[in-house]
Amino acid sequence: MSVISIDNLVKTFGAVRALDGLDLRVEPGEVHGFLGPNGSGKSTTIRILLGLLRRDSGQVRVLDGDPWRDAVALHRRLAYVPGDVNLWPNLSGGEAIDLLGALRGGLDQRRRDELLQRFDLDPTKKCRTYSKGNRQKVAIVAAFASDVELYVLDEPTSGLDPLMEAVFQAEVRQLTQAGASVLLSSHVLAEVEALCERVSIIREGRVVEAGTLAELRHLARTTVTVETGRPPTGLEALPGVHGVRPVDGRIRLEVEPEHLDTLLGHLIRFEVRALTSTPPTLEELFLRHYGDSVNGNRPAPVGGAR
Amino acid sequence: MSSFTGAGRLARLALRRDRIRLAIWVLGTPLIGYALAESVAGVYPDEQARLGYAEAATTSVVARAFNGPVASTELGAVVVTETYLTLALLVALLSTFAVVRHTRQNEETGRAELLGASAVGRYALLTAALVVVAGANLLAVGLLTLAFIGAGLPVAGSVSAAAAIGGVGIAFTGVAAVTAQLTVTSRGANALAAAAVGVAFLLRAAGDVLGTPGAGGIRLDSAWPTWLSPLGWGTQVRAFGGERWLVLALPVALLLAGVAVAFLLAERRDVGAGLLAARRGPAQAAAGLLSPAGLTWRLHRGALAGWAVAVAVLGLSMGVAGHEVADLIADNPATAEMIAQLGGGSGLVDAYLSTMLGLFALTIGAYVVQALLRTRGDETDGVLESLLATAVSRTRWLGTQVLGAVLGALALVLLGGVTTGLGYGLATGDPIGWTVELGGAALLRLPALLVVAGVVTVLFGALPRWSVALSWAVLIGFLLLGQLGAVLDLPQAALNLSPYTHVPSVPAVEPAVAPLLGLTAVAAALLAVGLAAFRHRDTPS
Repeated sequence: MSVISIDNLVKTFGAVRALDGLDLRVEPGEVHGFLGPNGSGKSTTIRILLGLLRRDSGQVRVLDGDPWRDAVALHRRLAYVPGDVNLWPNLSGGEAIDLLGALRGGLDQRRRDELLQRFDLDPTKKCRTYSKGNRQKVAIVAAFASDVELYVLDEPTSGLDPLMEAVFQAEVRQLTQAGASVLLSSHVLAEVEALCERVSIIREGRVVEAGTLAELRHLARTTVTVETGRPPTGLEALPGVHGVRPVDGRIRLEVEPEHLDTLLGHLIRFEVRALTSTPPTLEELFLRHYGDSVNGNRPAPVGGAR
Repeated sequence: MSSFTGAGRLARLALRRDRIRLAIWVLGTPLIGYALAESVAGVYPDEQARLGYAEAATTSVVARAFNGPVASTELGAVVVTETYLTLALLVALLSTFAVVRHTRQNEETGRAELLGASAVGRYALLTAALVVVAGANLLAVGLLTLAFIGAGLPVAGSVSAAAAIGGVGIAFTGVAAVTAQLTVTSRGANALAAAAVGVAFLLRAAGDVLGTPGAGGIRLDSAWPTWLSPLGWGTQVRAFGGERWLVLALPVALLLAGVAVAFLLAERRDVGAGLLAARRGPAQAAAGLLSPAGLTWRLHRGALAGWAVAVAVLGLSMGVAGHEVADLIADNPATAEMIAQLGGGSGLVDAYLSTMLGLFALTIGAYVVQALLRTRGDETDGVLESLLATAVSRTRWLGTQVLGAVLGALALVLLGGVTTGLGYGLATGDPIGWTVELGGAALLRLPALLVVAGVVTVLFGALPRWSVALSWAVLIGFLLLGQLGAVLDLPQAALNLSPYTHVPSVPAVEPAVAPLLGLTAVAAALLAVGLAAFRHRDTPS
C-alpha cells in the first residue's frame, strides 16, 4: 500500500488550472523527490495532501485516509515543514517548537534538544528576530522531533547554509532508517540526488517524469567523449547517436543508453586511446523538461525517439 | 550621492502605497469636523445656551479633563471644545502609524534593505515618510479650515482651530520619527508613540483639572502640565477666543527636534537594528501554552489588558461624572434632551448611565472585531497553514478564536459596568449597590456583542478576502445607526439592522428577555454558518 497515492488530480483557482491531472505515488520507507520550478504546482499538491485545499477531481489517499475528510486523524501521523515558515512573532523559538509538537500530538523531548543542538538554533530568541533559515529550522526541529509515519517537506532547506544542509540530509536518512516515508519537494537538485530513491518531475500541474533516478537516467542520453588513433567515421549513421562534434582533438557525442553497446563495437575499430562516459545529471534531466523556459524552445524529448 | 538621494521617489512610492488611507485621512477629518460643527451649532444656537455650556464646562472637573478649556462663548469656541480632542487624537494616531509604516515597518519586513541597496541615501526613507505625513497633515489643515468656514464660522478662528488640530499631527510626526528608531518592531514603535499620546492626554487633563477659572467663570487658565503636552498646546491656541498664534510654533519646534534626534539616531545604528534590544523568551513552552486555547490567550492577553485599563479608567471617570450630570443638565436643556434621546429613558441619571453602558458595548464591539480578525491575519501570514497541518481541526481552531473574543468582550463589558457603577457609587454613596446594578446591566449588552462576533465569523468563513474591510464597515454601520439614526429620523426598519437597537438600555428601561434571546439566537445562527463555511473552503484563500 502506498503512503501517498494521487491519481488524475485536478485543482483550479478561477481560470487557472494549477493541477491538471497529476499522478504521484510515494511508497513506504522511501524519500520521494518532488521536483519542479516555482509555480508548477508543488505547494498546491502538498496543501491538498494536508487537507488545506479541496481537490476539484481525482483520487487522493494519504496513509490510507482521505486528506480532506480525515485531516485531523492523519495529521497525528504526519509532520509538515512549509516552504515559507511563518511563526508567531512574540513567541520564542522553543515555545513555537513545543506548541507545534504538542498540537500534533506530542514530541520527543530528548530528540528535540538533540536537534536544537545539531541545527545550532537558539530557542530563546523571539520568532520575529529569526532569519528565514532559522524559522525553517524551527519548523524542521518541530517536525523531526515528532515520531510520525510521514514527513511532508516543502522546500525545507531553501534558507539553510551548506553546513546545515548536510545536517538536514543526515537527519532525513535517520528518519527513513527508522521506517518513515518522506515527500521532499525541492529544487536543490544535489539534495534530491543525495537523498531520493525516486523522483517525480512536475510541470504545469502534471507529472511529466517519474521513476528511480536510474530509470530516469536510462531514458536520457549518455555523453561519450572518445580519443582515437584514427579519425572515426560513420558515427552519425549509428542508431541512437546524436550531436557528434569534435572537441579539443577528441570526439564528443550523445548516445541513447540502449545503443551504447553498438557504439562501442563501432569505435573499437579506430584504436580507442581514451574514453569517458557520463550519465546525465539530474540537472540535465530537469532542464530537458524545462529547457523551453530557459531558451525558448520546446523541451527535447527524453530518450530521443519515443 | 547625498544622504537624501531617492527621497522624492520614495515619497511617491509612499503616496502610491497609501493612496486610499491618505485620502480617507485628508478628506475624512474635514468631513467629521464639518459634521460636528453643524451639530454643535444646532445644539447651542444662541449666546445664552453657549454661556451655560461654557460655565458648566469650566466648572465640571470631568468636562475639563475630557474636553479641555472653552476659549470663549463664541459658537466656534464651543465647536472647538466639543471636537478638538476627537480630531486631535485621530490625527495624532494617524500620523504616528503612517510614519512608522513607512520607516520601521519597511525595515522590519526587509523592504528597507532592498531599497537601501539601490541608489537611495541613508536618510531617504525617513525623509520621505516625514514629507508625506507632514504634507498630509498640512493638506488636512487646509481642508479642515474650509470645512469650519463652510459651517459658517469666522475665518481667523477657523484657520487657528484647524492649525491647532493639525499641529497635534505635526508634533506626533516628530515623536513617531524618534520611536521608529528605538524599537526593532513596528508594533513596538507604534506602541511607544501611542503611549506618548496617552501621556500627553493625561498631562493635558491634569493641567486643565488643576487650572483656575478666569473672569466670568468661563475661560480656564490651565496649569503648567498642559504646556508639557502637545495635546495641550492646541487648546492653548485659544481659537475663537483671542487667538495666540505663537503657540502654533510649539508643535513645529517639536517636529524639528524629533527629526533632528531621529536623523542622529539613524546615523548611529544599523539598518533593521533598534536602540532597545529585543527581549528573549523561554527556551521551553509552559504547559499552559500548548493548546489552541492557551495560544489564543497568549496572543490576546496584551491587547485585552490594554483595553481593560482603558475601560476601567473611562468607567470610573464616567461614573464619577454621573453626579455632575444633574447639575450640568439643569443648566442645559438641549444636552438633557440629547442624553434622554440616546438613553431612551426618563430619569436623567439613569439615562446617562445607560448611555455610558451603551457606548461601552459599541466600543467593545471594536475589540471583538479586532480580536476575531486575527483569524484572517493568521491566514494571510501563513501561520494558520502550520496550525491546520497539526491535529487541530478547523472547527476547534475557529471555535477557540470565537470563544476567546467573546470571553474577552464579556470581561470588558462587565468591567465597564462595574467601574462605572463603582465610580458613580463612590461619588453618591452606596458603591456596592451601584456596582452590582450596573455590572448586571452591562452584561445585558453581551448578546449584541455576540452578534458582532457572529458577523465577523460569517465574513471570515464565507468572504475571507473581504472580511477585514467588511467587518469594520459593519461595525461602523452599527455605530452610525446608533448615534445618528435617531437624529436623522431613519425608519425603524433601518435602525433594527443594528443589534444594539434591540438591547434594552438598562437601567433607563426595564430589562426584557425576548430581545436578548432573539439576539443570542441570531448570533448562534451566524456562528454556525461561519464555522460551516470555513470548514468547506480552501485555506489559504
